[in-house]
Amino acid sequence: MTSARSSRAARNRWLPEGRRGPMPWIIGIMMFLTVLSAACALGLGHALTRLRGDLAGGYTIQIVEANAAKRMQAVRGISAYLDSARGVRTYKVVPEAQMLAQLAPWLGEDARADELPIPALIDLSLRPAAGSARVTQIEQAVKRILPSARIDAHQGYLAPVEGLMRTLMWLAGGLVALMLLMTGAVVVLAANSAHAAHRGTIDIIHMLGATDLQLARLFQRRIALDAALGAMAGTVSAAALLWLLDSNLHVSQSELAGLIRLPWRSVAILFGLPLFAVLVAALTARITVMRALERNL
Amino acid sequence: MERVIQFENIGLRYGADAEVLRDINFSLSAGGFYFLTGASGAGKTSLLKLLYLAQRPTRGVLRLFGEDVVMMHRGRLPGFRRRIGVVFQDFRLVPHLSAFDNIALPLRVAGIEEKDIAGPVEEMLAWVGLGGREGALPASLSGGEQQRIAIARAVIGRPDILVADEPTGNVDAEMAKRLIALFEALNRLGTTIVIATHDLPLIGQIAHAQMMRLDKGRLIDPTGALRFPPASPARDDRAGLPLGKPQ
Ligand SMILES: Nc1ncnc2c1ncn2[C@@H]1O[C@H](COP(=O)(O)OP(=O)(O)OP(=O)(O)O)[C@@H](O)[C@H]1O
Ligand SMILES: [Mg+2]
Repeated sequence: MTSARSSRAARNRWLPEGRRGPMPWIIGIMMFLTVLSAACALGLGHALTRLRGDLAGGYTIQIVEANAAKRMQAVRGISAYLDSARGVRTYKVVPEAQMLAQLAPWLGEDARADELPIPALIDLSLRPAAGSARVTQIEQAVKRILPSARIDAHQGYLAPVEGLMRTLMWLAGGLVALMLLMTGAVVVLAANSAHAAHRGTIDIIHMLGATDLQLARLFQRRIALDAALGAMAGTVSAAALLWLLDSNLHVSQSELAGLIRLPWRSVAILFGLPLFAVLVAALTARITVMRALERNL
Repeated sequence: MERVIQFENIGLRYGADAEVLRDINFSLSAGGFYFLTGASGAGKTSLLKLLYLAQRPTRGVLRLFGEDVVMMHRGRLPGFRRRIGVVFQDFRLVPHLSAFDNIALPLRVAGIEEKDIAGPVEEMLAWVGLGGREGALPASLSGGEQQRIAIARAVIGRPDILVADEPTGNVDAEMAKRLIALFEALNRLGTTIVIATHDLPLIGQIAHAQMMRLDKGRLIDPTGALRFPPASPARDDRAGLPLGKPQ
């Protein structure tokens, strides 16, 4: 064990120590942006699933009928139907007072139901197993009771936002991929210039019977170390920023906070990113140097 | 006797220039001691480069240990290089490594454990007269001292073939004798020795050595039959050679 370590230490001295180049800085900045983009993508993805989950199976039946008596009758009829209809989990007639309270800002504080043709609303929640065929059946039954009644899926409200969120999510995910690609490109440049800088030493060790792999490992280790340094700094900075944002959202009591809060799996992915980047860097360095060495005899 | 080195119709040209080696044909026996001489620019270093696998010939067949190394996949060459110790004409010490680490390099490349390295390295340092200088960087050593480090590095792994390009060019006559004695000791352990040199008195030191001469890229006396008369009888100072001990 000791001798394995000391021979490794000896091998590490085959190349001169030298100053650290800009590699850790570049990787650090890219890692910072990568983690932020990834958090964005994961956060949006998570928010989308949660929104969809919250809204799944939710419907609103709108009963638009100016005549209050007819409206009440329709509500009673539909309620009776829903009591026995299959696939219905719960339903609730939205109380008129609640409707009025919600409409107050538009209609004025003293608006009254008998003066205004307010539609009646029934919040309907279907069982998860209820498919679209079931929804169509219910809709047809409701329309038989009152032809002007409408049934809206809550998920439909999400459609315009969902498109935007999805686009942003893929954009952020694309940025992550690009950033990792850039990491590879930076490593190729760094490995090539390191190889060029130590060409003389490499040639000597090569002539003493060192294999390409032995030589490539010298660079691989060094570049992986640089990358690890940068990746750690970048990730810690990004995590700090995210934590700050998160606690600010919490102070403002925004509902957004709960929505954006990442589950532990996503957090694990975020912290896996720097490890992945270091792996990419090490592998790229090895392949780059191996290729450069292959040009010699 | 086993032929460890075989050149068949070897030709070498650098780029589009004329051939610097032409129609080289010879073979060397395992355990032999060979000198290669010739005027400056005759192609001695070029021939040795082929031998220590720093260069591929542009034509011909080159066999080392019975295997054709010209057509060989380059992935197999390091294994062959480890069996060949080289003293480069320009030493080629690693500038940022100490004398100790330079000499230890072939052992470390071969994956020898660190605990088995210090002993042989110290012994080699003492033998080339540089005991106590293990920490010195090449730049702080004289030309002759650097050359001795280069020789120690070439010899330490007890290679099957030792190739030396002007190994005594920078040392005084006394040290030259001592180094030749070192090569001889290695030779007695079975290493085939090939030394390029201008130093004719040096050649006379080895009774059983054979000589090859290059002239403008051609080998004169390709059989290597030219033998030098024994110049000096076996000396007693060989008894204390570091290589006499089994590793
Ligand atoms: N890398 C190279 N590129 C082009 N030409 C070369 C190269 N190396 C050697 N030569 C040429 O090959 C010829 C033989 O050179 P080489 O170094 O083998 O001679 P040498 O016998 O070792 O000479 P010396 O005794 O001066 O060391 C010379 O004409 C030299 O100019
Ligand atoms: Mg030469």
